[in-house]
Amino acid sequence: MSEGVSDRGPNLAVNFAGIASPNPFWLASAPPTNCGEQVMRAFDAGWGGAVWKTIGEQVTNTASRYSSIDWEGRRMMGFNNIELISDRPLEVNLREITEVKKRYPKNAVIASLMVESKREAWHRIVQQAEDAGSDGLELNFGCPHGMSERGMGSAVGQVPEYAEMITAWVKEKARTPVIVKLTPNISDIRVIARAAKRAGADAVSAINTINSITGIDLDTLTPRPNVDGKSSHGGYCGPAVKPIALNMVQQVAGDAEGALPISGIGGIATWRDAAEFFLLGCGTVQVCTAAMHYGYRIVEDMIEGLEGWMSEKGFASIEDFRGRSLPRVTEWKHLNLNYKIVARIDEAKCIGCDLCYIACWDGAHQCIHRDRISGPVDGPVELHPPPPALEAATRATIAVTPIPKLDAVSRNGSKNVTPIERIPRVDETECVGCNLCSLVCPVEECITMVEVPTGLAPETWEERTRGGVVRG
Amino acid sequence: MREQHPIIAERFRDLHPPFAPQAAVVEANRCLNCFDAPCTAACPTHIDVPKFIKKIASGNLNGSARTILDANVLGASCSRVCPVDVLCEGACVMNHHNEQPIEIGRLQRFAMDAFHARGGKLTKKFEGRREGKVACIGAGPASLACAAELAQQGFAVTVFERRPLPGGLNTYGVAEYKLPAWSSLREIELIEELGVEFRFGVEIDAEKLAEIERDFDFVFIGVGLGAGHGLKVPGGDHSGVVDALGFIAAYKTAKITHTAGKVAVIGAGNTAIDAANAALRLGAEEVSIVYRRKRESMSAFEFEYEHAKQEGARFLWQTMPVRVSADGGMLEFLDCTRVDDALRPVAGSEFSLACDLIITAVGQSPLVELLESLKGVALDKGRVVVEPRTGQTTNPKYFAGGDCVNGGREVVDAVADGKRAAIAMVHELEAAYV
Ligand SMILES: Cc1cc2nc3c(=O)[nH]c(=O)nc-3n(C[C@H](O)[C@H](O)[C@H](O)COP(=O)(O)OP(=O)(O)OC[C@H]3O[C@@H](n4cnc5c(N)ncnc54)[C@H](O)[C@@H]3O)c2cc1C
Ligand SMILES: Cc1cc2nc3c(=O)[nH]c(=O)nc-3n(C[C@H](O)[C@H](O)[C@H](O)COP(=O)(O)O)c2cc1C
Ligand code: SF4
Ligand code: SF4
Ligand code: SF4
Repeated sequence: MSEGVSDRGPNLAVNFAGIASPNPFWLASAPPTNCGEQVMRAFDAGWGGAVWKTIGEQVTNTASRYSSIDWEGRRMMGFNNIELISDRPLEVNLREITEVKKRYPKNAVIASLMVESKREAWHRIVQQAEDAGSDGLELNFGCPHGMSERGMGSAVGQVPEYAEMITAWVKEKARTPVIVKLTPNISDIRVIARAAKRAGADAVSAINTINSITGIDLDTLTPRPNVDGKSSHGGYCGPAVKPIALNMVQQVAGDAEGALPISGIGGIATWRDAAEFFLLGCGTVQVCTAAMHYGYRIVEDMIEGLEGWMSEKGFASIEDFRGRSLPRVTEWKHLNLNYKIVARIDEAKCIGCDLCYIACWDGAHQCIHRDRISGPVDGPVELHPPPPALEAATRATIAVTPIPKLDAVSRNGSKNVTPIERIPRVDETECVGCNLCSLVCPVEECITMVEVPTGLAPETWEERTRGGVVRG
Repeated sequence: MREQHPIIAERFRDLHPPFAPQAAVVEANRCLNCFDAPCTAACPTHIDVPKFIKKIASGNLNGSARTILDANVLGASCSRVCPVDVLCEGACVMNHHNEQPIEIGRLQRFAMDAFHARGGKLTKKFEGRREGKVACIGAGPASLACAAELAQQGFAVTVFERRPLPGGLNTYGVAEYKLPAWSSLREIELIEELGVEFRFGVEIDAEKLAEIERDFDFVFIGVGLGAGHGLKVPGGDHSGVVDALGFIAAYKTAKITHTAGKVAVIGAGNTAIDAANAALRLGAEEVSIVYRRKRESMSAFEFEYEHAKQEGARFLWQTMPVRVSADGGMLEFLDCTRVDDALRPVAGSEFSLACDLIITAVGQSPLVELLESLKGVALDKGRVVVEPRTGQTTNPKYFAGGDCVNGGREVVDAVADGKRAAIAMVHELEAAYV
């Protein structure tokens, strides 16, 4: 795998549907790309491109406009906004695009556009953006709040006919590549990707934000974000949405009718996230929330980390690994039903939290037991004491403070190894190999899922039911 | 005592400051929520630790405090005084995970502080009154836990205490930087509100016991331990030689607010350390802890030893007092000798330690006179013998718990004993008064 990596390391430069960029890391159309001063600082920090905060008819935004989901003390695991498009005058945005392009000719500047659904309006904005010097156009068919009430944004992105019509209008006029930004607020995202392709779009980007209500203030009973006692549904993004974005990207990339170059968006915060999007076929990635959370500086590690991983893997360019994981995503009916794995606990690593035990009893198949020293052997669940019995036994014990003067105890209590009676054991004959215990275990590599040969040839559901016979 | 003397307040600030709300939530979230958690098993009162911690994380502070109180009615003072290193936090699985254990004690305090700030009350487990009366002797943690459980279960309880205030060593003994006396008293007010009757200033003796025995169904003995062993060397009865417990009680009640000059503390248990730290905080210039054995044999917890070093105490190992020299009312020296491993004086090693005050902390003796007057109650080396699961003594009318049974452990052990005994008495009372 090592051929092709030059001494200077991997080359991150990309050509995305005709738009050249020194690296595949773009800022998504959002507050981080609100004005020229910001975009220039972002380029200084290392961002390869920026999709300008959507321009069109100037709007008024509300205060407040953001809310978030914190998870167990971590802030902004999910982020929500009710912001519309740019609230700055169109001419100012255009002037600044020109200025940025003049000073940063090598970086990609893409104008994100949204105007009313009239042919002339789209022709005019396309002309203005290209005259200003943008390298490409992104059509915002995704904004799920506010703009959709005015017949724009996701109101367009949810109806294939409208999306196709407007994309066609834009293509009549455009001289630079046209990217259609897809909304996830639709039951089958491929429908809009196909419409964009039919209309001649050069690329798609996905995903825009997901309709959301992040939460309700339990004192005021007002949902967040609060605008003078009322709220409105917003668009959800940030780390929480990454799995949804990855799935949608895979759906588009794996669809022959809709496949176009894809700019991946949604919950990307690190080079690892980005690598996953590339592996599912994306040519660039776009970032919003992570930059809003920590600032432009995060791109430094995104670049360095991705380069490091590529060198390790022997990839010289993004193209070397783009889409490599796509063949490994398949339909369920093609999975091997004769593949068996079981959970195995490493006694030396186990800290005795017994979370795997309770997870398997209450959430899986009752096959983890706490009987490493004594107790019944493998077999039916009735042979083993259920969780409440173990708890009751503990509560019935008499515990005392170990006192050096009164007890022959080690001076500092016992901080040595996990007592054997707290290390659970998997009944491998009953384990269904679901992964749950290994997912809850807080210790890395303590529970591993190991393959148990079944001696059976691989067989998929499709194969098993081919003759019309349905077994298990 | 319900209000701290300003000098004491200033010099004995919290050793472990309370959590700010957000920090508490972060720490609470760090807890793994272990099943059948080892921290819970290690707690003598078996507080469901992950349950109360996760209620802090979810913002259910009232429920958190109730979870604590359900198991341990003195959950507030325990959160501050428990030697958590050898209890819950010592058992936390994080110790095996290359991480700091969860700060269970501070989280417990956070929940209990919020409970008190909101004016929370203890709840009854049985509505109304039931037949059956119990007397508790002593108002220390053991009796308080016993009385609270009985009262919550609807029985009449009277507590007899020789001191003017309740709490036993929780109020008069534990270091003020862990638990200020007012905090101990505030917690006990909630037990009084359950309807427990307190009789203060009543020293129980054989005669009074006979009376009590007539008037009550059961008697719980929670008298703790007696005075400290004195200093049995020539001059050891000088007025400049004081007992650690008396010294500690005196500063906690603000009878003394200042200690001058050089201080020698005899003994190296937890009490010696508390006395040494107190003397330093009260202004002593130098405090020497004099101990006849090596550091390895010291009975203080490791963390207490480390704490004393930080406070500035110095330790003289393998050193034994031989005489106290005084100039009339003023102490001059504590004459000492070095000793070998068999505690034999090393010839020629004598030296004089200049000192203005000597504090003895060489262990408390059992209240033998009182305990021996209990008819049919067996003792073993001055400790009351009980059936561990029930706290019942060899005389079925008597139950006992706390320091007078275990020889001097911790507050939380006394609470566990008191509650176990109460539950056993409830069973017997229910059977007797059907
Ligand atoms: C200096 C010192 C510091 C300590 N620090 C800590 C600490 O930091 N953490 C910790 O967990 N534990 C600590 N302990 C131990 C803890 O205080 C005891 O284990 C606990 O208080 C025992 O409770 P108890 O109810 O058995 O006895 P006590 O607390 O001793 O209560 C007994 C009560 O009975 C009363 N009484 C006795 N005889 C009679 C009688 N004849 N008539 C009426 N009343 C009577 C006494 O006045 C007293 O109020 C410390 C102990 C000492 C001495
Ligand atoms: C405050 C805010 C404003 C946004 N404004 C726009 C916009 O004007 N045009 C647009 O196409 N997308 C907009 N988005 C969506 C982002 O470009 C991006 O698609 C989405 O946030 C997902 O990426 P992330 O998970 O990295 O944040 C906005 C997002 C946020 C948080
Ligand atoms: S893999 Fe699933 S079934 Fe097997 S032990 Fe783990 S939790 Fe239980
Ligand atoms: S979850 Fe992991 S660490 Fe915890 S008991 Fe199970 S194997 Fe041990
Ligand atoms: S052992 Fe530690 S991590 Fe586990 S429940 Fe107790 S405090 Fe939490």
